[in-house]
Amino acid sequence: MRNGFASEITNLAITDETLVLLSGDIGNRLFDGLKSECPTQVINCGIAEQNMMSVAAGMALSGLKPVVYTIAPFATTRCLEQIKIDLGYQHLPVVIIGTGSGLSYAKLGPTHHSLEDFAILRSIPGIQIMAPWDVKSIRTCLDIALNSKGPTYIRIGKKGEPDLTNDQIVPEIGCGLKITSGCRIAVIAVGCIAPVALDAAGMLAEKNLFVDVVLYHTVKPLRKSWAKDNLLSYDKIFTVEEHSKIGGFGDAVRDLLDECNFEGKFAKIGADDEFIWKVGSQNYARKLAGISADKIFQAVHSLQN
Amino acid sequence: MSGSISELEALSRLIKYKIIRNSWYSGTPHLGSCLSCTDILVWIYWDLLKVNHLDPKDQTRDRFLLSKGHAAPALFQVLAKKGFFSEKDLEHYGKDGSIFGEHPPTPEHLPGVEAATGSLGHGLSIGLGIALSAKLLKMGYQVFVVVGDGECNEGAVWEAAMMAASNQVENLTVVVDYNKWQATGRSNEVFQLASLREKWASFGWLTSEVDGNCIGDLKKAWSEIDSEQKPKVLIANTIKGAGIPFMEDDNNWHYRIPTYDEVLSCADILSITKEEIAITEIMRQGRK
Repeated sequence: MRNGFASEITNLAITDETLVLLSGDIGNRLFDGLKSECPTQVINCGIAEQNMMSVAAGMALSGLKPVVYTIAPFATTRCLEQIKIDLGYQHLPVVIIGTGSGLSYAKLGPTHHSLEDFAILRSIPGIQIMAPWDVKSIRTCLDIALNSKGPTYIRIGKKGEPDLTNDQIVPEIGCGLKITSGCRIAVIAVGCIAPVALDAAGMLAEKNLFVDVVLYHTVKPLRKSWAKDNLLSYDKIFTVEEHSKIGGFGDAVRDLLDECNFEGKFAKIGADDEFIWKVGSQNYARKLAGISADKIFQAVHSLQN
Repeated sequence: MSGSISELEALSRLIKYKIIRNSWYSGTPHLGSCLSCTDILVWIYWDLLKVNHLDPKDQTRDRFLLSKGHAAPALFQVLAKKGFFSEKDLEHYGKDGSIFGEHPPTPEHLPGVEAATGSLGHGLSIGLGIALSAKLLKMGYQVFVVVGDGECNEGAVWEAAMMAASNQVENLTVVVDYNKWQATGRSNEVFQLASLREKWASFGWLTSEVDGNCIGDLKKAWSEIDSEQKPKVLIANTIKGAGIPFMEDDNNWHYRIPTYDEVLSCADILSITKEEIAITEIMRQGRK
């Protein structure tokens, strides 16, 4: 996913000389292509995220298109006030890329986890929040963000995310993509946790319990008309996110469904309200947090009875 | 654009009077912080800055950012005098629905403002981003940022200082309004600020130390460094409440609002014209 982002941003920078990548002392080799193609359009802002975010604001005020890139927690909570005031209040077209999001950096501990970024940023007026699931969907998110008048936070994974979009068209902002359809139950996953939702759907199918899997790349804003046309017919809806259960995608979808007078059952699957201090692989950390395929399986299965 | 030193001094006295009168009229605090940097603002706006009130978004304009946003009452008076909006507009200051409050709003909300400052430690970084953009866009504009000494408590100021130096951003100038006070005490006691000039120098900036309440001194210091190809900082030694003896160096005026009689005393001290004092009397009648 990181490599897909790097190659896409290089292509975009070649055709648009107002695009500038600001990085927080990471991605040294990752952006070699960009540095050789467009050397003046890459600036290493050092390990100083507050300054980097305000510098991006200054560039946007001057007519440039800054894209800020660093590890998700440092791109969000570390410089939250700069995002709120300099980008949010001033409504500036800055794209923030949070890489290695969720539990991607499970071995680095809670300092490098981001399980609260959706919740915290959602409450800032005018900011768009996106979480693509594969390289193809990153391209769409970047395109949407770079053509917006205000700020966008895009949270991406690390590497090795499978291509899930295949031949389908990545939807517009706020809409979902149905990987399967026709069932009475939907499991809606946002961002890089999508393959886990698909695994759970497979496990459920083995028990003759069939669910539709719907992928979302948007946390904010969610489009009401799409939900009305595509979600209201379900009996049960489950949301899955690599994020705290509190205030994130699940809550955003529940608010949306409430506005649409959804009458079915709803449950959200996300990280428990605890820091994950035990070290391990990303999948291990996801299990500890309560966002594994098993957990989704259990949640759907238990709501049957 | 540029006036003689005595003309600029007279203008600064008039603007100080309007700031004080506005504080009384609207109940807006931070008088001491405004008065300490008014001479600096007048010098920058009337002697250096290339801006056009008829085209406030002109891409080639110089930029000024008041990073110590709580001195907005001073900035508003300066922008009004520069013609960005009517001085009459300022009569609504602080009232329900007014755009004029204790901090600058966004550039979209008020022409002439370059950034919505007020949370300390943002303005220099934004100014740095604007200055870096000039290089990328191949433009020749200058960026000036006024930072408070208390504001130098904020780590982001020093993040920006390091990045500006490493990028040799020569079109960026900081003026530190070094009035030796912050909200709760002496700025050298709350945090170890001294030696402030040496701190900036060690961060790779070209430094100069001046009397920040003396426009002649500011002009002279600038003429000695303006052609240097480095980020520049003027350590401007100022007095909180400068120009009004009963306010000078008295930190009560960080929050205190003057009485009407005190406003009249200020008119006397600042040699304000009878016509301007008559306006103050009319404002008093209207306020009753």
